[in-house]
Amino acid sequence: MAKETRVILICSGKGGVGKTTLTANLGIALARQGKKTAVLDADFGLRNLDLLLGLENRIVYTAQEVLEESCRLDQALVKHKQEANLSLLPAGNPRMLDWLKPEDMKKIVEMVSELFDFVLIDCPAGVEDGFKNAVAASKEAIVVTNPEVSAVRDADRVIGLLNSNGIKPIQLVLNRVRPKMMASQEMLSVDDVTDILALPLLGLVLEDEQVIVSTNRGEPLTLSGSNSPAARCYSNIVLRLQGEEVPLIDPSKEGSSIGDKFRRLMQTKIF
Amino acid sequence: MTLRDLINKLLRRQTSSATTARERLQLVLAHDRTDLSEDLLDKMRQEILEVVAKYVEIDMEEGAVSLESEDRMTALVANLPIKRTLSGKIKLKEQTQEENETLKESQSETE
Repeated sequence: MAKETRVILICSGKGGVGKTTLTANLGIALARQGKKTAVLDADFGLRNLDLLLGLENRIVYTAQEVLEESCRLDQALVKHKQEANLSLLPAGNPRMLDWLKPEDMKKIVEMVSELFDFVLIDCPAGVEDGFKNAVAASKEAIVVTNPEVSAVRDADRVIGLLNSNGIKPIQLVLNRVRPKMMASQEMLSVDDVTDILALPLLGLVLEDEQVIVSTNRGEPLTLSGSNSPAARCYSNIVLRLQGEEVPLIDPSKEGSSIGDKFRRLMQTKIF
Repeated sequence: MTLRDLINKLLRRQTSSATTARERLQLVLAHDRTDLSEDLLDKMRQEILEVVAKYVEIDMEEGAVSLESEDRMTALVANLPIKRTLSGKIKLKEQTQEENETLKESQSETE
């Protein structure tokens, strides 16, 4: 490989924390900045990345046919309608799981890497074979978690496995943050999660109803340049991913009513 | 502890759920991060205490060996209170006259 392609695994351990949504949004945001980006659905059992990108009707070939050499890579890659810099490599048939090996995954990622600046791999939930295959093909990782005990515990497990596989750097995205609940200490705080997991925080994403609206339409929030809370967070993450320093949104400082101020006062650490 | 926790305590209300979550997570992760079973840890604890007790007098009741995790580093932490003499010196384990005699006795018995 002549150029440095960044191959980033997006994983979480627990399902439903927002891996695929993050992959879709980061992919679009990177492409909008002129980076040639491929998003790769490594979730062969329950693929959804195509749906979130609105590309489900344009799939002809998948990673499976590429590996079987019954089609060329460029035939399988689905170019995004509005963002020509973004391509999706769809996941194959769930039956692929029976024979797919880490080497297959490596091979396919190497092929894709030659054509793109960024390769984002949407990892399946769990820590079984699907996860292991995806890890084998990755260089760095973003661990997505929610401020909830089960998500944090599973993230911890995944971080341990990533560490022992030599994945570096590993960065954290804290998804579905609810500032009000954090302020009233009914939700683990950003510091709680970063202290426990001991990972650098790449960013946090505020809970946002617009995320659901955007998935309904198959148009990631970052596509329309929306200014909704989650869209701003995704954009910041993409900037930080490329080494820019963007200050974190402080969820405890969101809101300026007397109630919010009182909640902040109550959070003061006294000992 | 935060101001809210203090007020909750004074009013004898439950602590905030975030505090409970943090404490529960820290506990469960300390165990998740190691593959040592409770039995193995117990055995190790016992043997460590015995080895140290060969050289200095320690309070066997108070001794504690536990796993502590911080920043993804897990450490085996042993807290073994050493008994002191009245003059403040560490009590070295010296075989007393009595012990020597019983030792000799047992040796002669085996012979």
